[in-house]
Amino acid sequence: MNRPLEKPLRDPSKEPSREPQQPSGQREAQGAAKEETRSARSLTDLVFRVRELSIGGALVLLVLGTWLVNPGFLDDQGVQDLLLNSSILVLLATGQSVVVLTRNIDLSVGSVVGLTAFACGSFVSGTQHSALTVVLLGTALGVLCGLVSGLLVSFGRVPALVVTLGMLYVIQGVDHVWAHGQQINAVNVPDGVLELGSGSVLGVPYLPLISALVLAATAYYLRTYRSGRELYAIGSNPEAARLAGIPIRRRVLAAYAFSGAVAGFAGALWLARFGTVVADAANGWELTVVSAVVVGGVAITGGVGTVWGAALGALLLTTIGSALVVLKVNPFWEQAITGALLLAAISTDRVVRSRTTEALRKRSRK
Amino acid sequence: MSQPEPAATPSPVLALEEVNKSFGNVRALRGVSLSLYRGEAHAIAGENGAGKSTLIKVLAGVHAPDAGTVRLDGSPVGFSGPADARDAGIAVIYQEPTLFADLSIAENIFMGRQPRRSLGRIDHSAVREATAALMRRLGVELDPDRPARGLSIADQQIVEIAKALSFDARVLIMDEPTAALTGTETARLFSVVDALRAEGAAVLFISHRLGEIFELCQRVTILRDGALVATEALDGLTEDDLVRRMVGRDLEELYPKEDTTPGPSALTVRRLTREGVFHDVSFEVRRGEIVALAGLVGAGRSEVVQAVFGVDRADAGEVEVGGRKLKSNSPTAAMDAGVALVPEDRRQRGLVMEMSIERNIALTGLDRLGKGGVVRRALERGRAADWAVRLQLKYNQLSDTVGVLSGGNQQKVVLAKWLATEPGVLIVDEPTRGIDVGTKAEVHRLLTGLAADGIAVLMVSSDLPEVLGMADRVLVMHEGRLVAEIPRAEATEESVMAAATGRGSKEAA
Repeated sequence: MNRPLEKPLRDPSKEPSREPQQPSGQREAQGAAKEETRSARSLTDLVFRVRELSIGGALVLLVLGTWLVNPGFLDDQGVQDLLLNSSILVLLATGQSVVVLTRNIDLSVGSVVGLTAFACGSFVSGTQHSALTVVLLGTALGVLCGLVSGLLVSFGRVPALVVTLGMLYVIQGVDHVWAHGQQINAVNVPDGVLELGSGSVLGVPYLPLISALVLAATAYYLRTYRSGRELYAIGSNPEAARLAGIPIRRRVLAAYAFSGAVAGFAGALWLARFGTVVADAANGWELTVVSAVVVGGVAITGGVGTVWGAALGALLLTTIGSALVVLKVNPFWEQAITGALLLAAISTDRVVRSRTTEALRKRSRK
Repeated sequence: MSQPEPAATPSPVLALEEVNKSFGNVRALRGVSLSLYRGEAHAIAGENGAGKSTLIKVLAGVHAPDAGTVRLDGSPVGFSGPADARDAGIAVIYQEPTLFADLSIAENIFMGRQPRRSLGRIDHSAVREATAALMRRLGVELDPDRPARGLSIADQQIVEIAKALSFDARVLIMDEPTAALTGTETARLFSVVDALRAEGAAVLFISHRLGEIFELCQRVTILRDGALVATEALDGLTEDDLVRRMVGRDLEELYPKEDTTPGPSALTVRRLTREGVFHDVSFEVRRGEIVALAGLVGAGRSEVVQAVFGVDRADAGEVEVGGRKLKSNSPTAAMDAGVALVPEDRRQRGLVMEMSIERNIALTGLDRLGKGGVVRRALERGRAADWAVRLQLKYNQLSDTVGVLSGGNQQKVVLAKWLATEPGVLIVDEPTRGIDVGTKAEVHRLLTGLAADGIAVLMVSSDLPEVLGMADRVLVMHEGRLVAEIPRAEATEESVMAAATGRGSKEAA
């Protein structure tokens, strides 16, 4: 009796594989005998991909539209700018997704980027430290910030919103006091570090390559390792996760440490990219990051979504910003559009979820 | 206390020795011992609040006992968490299945224990195949890849059982697994359990349905007020024997129902409907009458009384109190008309746990405890003290937070809060859930007294003996519809359960 429902659904194995987190080998592994299984999977697969597909579509339309109006948008320089501009946001969205999946949030990332960019800047100013040292320092500082938030949330049992909002202000304050109105100047930053931000390999800048690597590794981890799946479990049903013996506090702590590490790493890249760093670098980015994650289909209530979606969300938000400039639209619209996208994303989530639940309920055996 | 031990297996798989467990000042378990043998199905019987759930949670590693020993294969163990108990081969199926709605069935079953390939990577196809194999073994057709969201309760339990099978559980603990199942689903569950038992697993079974205990189990352990009453073989026992041991006192004492002559109608409900929740519910409650609303969990009883009180929206139908139509969706209007609702979940809905006893009692009558929006402390305390005496509340100081009181005394505070509004219609939802037998008898005495004073009492209860012992009439709901109305004289466990499970709806009436 399930057949009529299944027929019209697309079979994922026949779709072009545009998502690396679904290795095609697994689809092939299913024999013909598992026809039933396959069609049922297509429903759930489709549901979980609707978001990524629609955002990808929106992104393509946006890019094409802007290109038609101003062909300069897609010349070499244009594409490079787009990639460079989005790479730090993609990185931060990746870290944020891991936290949001556990039904938490990290609002401190913007200030962590600012702090680490400034700290790395003052550390290397006038020295000849290598890019690697800077990146390691930034990441370590980020981990430290993440651990503080994580400890308060997981072991201190303080709501994440409050903890990370507090951390946001504390870190911002520390940063300002430290900077004391000074700024890091590009001329003092060693060339090796700046090379990381502006260099490229085979025409592709380092920054987007690094982001893509971190993204792919995180996606692979979340899908392929027990602890990765457990993050989903925690966000989906904390009580059930506890009964399943998942070390919730340790996992949440690790998620925050990761988000902090990524933010610190991003701070080092920020320095490499811009050279000149003021104390309130990346000020206000936390909300853009959260928007990107939610627009990208990671449920703010946890347990659902992929980092690929979040990265697409980040790419979309960045592209909107750039497109508005090219189209000579007042950039103040950017915020309004981001907000509208966010609301649209959350509303569709609700609708899609209740529809799927309904469809799945019908699939429950009689 | 007899301990018939199956001859083939001399030592128990799992045993409790003199286990104590308290929560605050509530002693949930007092010196309870229990032995569970290979291949036996062992029932735990006891009233609500007797300590059954706590016992399970101690065995499952959720709670650590305050005193006493848990022995596995004869050696003492201290579970540091549910994962420990699971690794020791103890599987628990809770009353409310605990699944990850967003994750697939396969992931739900193997979460944290997925088969792995090199470098610790999850072997997704092995997970899927193992799940498919489990489903075949259970003889059900559930797609391993579908998310758990939207599964029926019965299927959710199948997933839980598959989980137990997946790690070759030696002990399977089931807490009221049949509460929400139909007859066929129950039969399927039992055949699975019997098969497991035949393979040597020990089963611990908790159910309020005594018939099922006799059907499935060989031995029974009876708990009362957190203490062990007896462990004995079910052979030769009757359901009446069980009930007598569970209740531990004369039924007349626990259910002190006085006969009253019902007066005029106090509450009339006509064709009340809420789409998808309950349909076309009509009944009346007269002054001086206690009417019970019975049915299985999820039949829509609480939803009906919440709609009557105006907390929940009703799509159609009307409610009359004392002959006057009640404005819908307005708890304020209901209160003004003299209706009081003592809700099911006293921690979430009945009390402000952080507030003092006196303030909680004052909440329903703030405008009467002072003038111009100012609450006078003296009046507040006076009212609280007055009710504390009338309900024999056990407390240190009225300024203590209600959180420190035992469940039974908390329930008395909720009752005081609502009785202080001097209602003509009192609706109580599960008035004695989770409270000790002594307080339970007091609550029952109170309800009887109120009815004798001419108040109309509508009582939602899942506690069958309570329904039978206290109600003048029993209304039974099944899947959102009122299916039977049974007068006191004809209300029996069988007639009420038959209606509640949808078998022969009107034959008893």
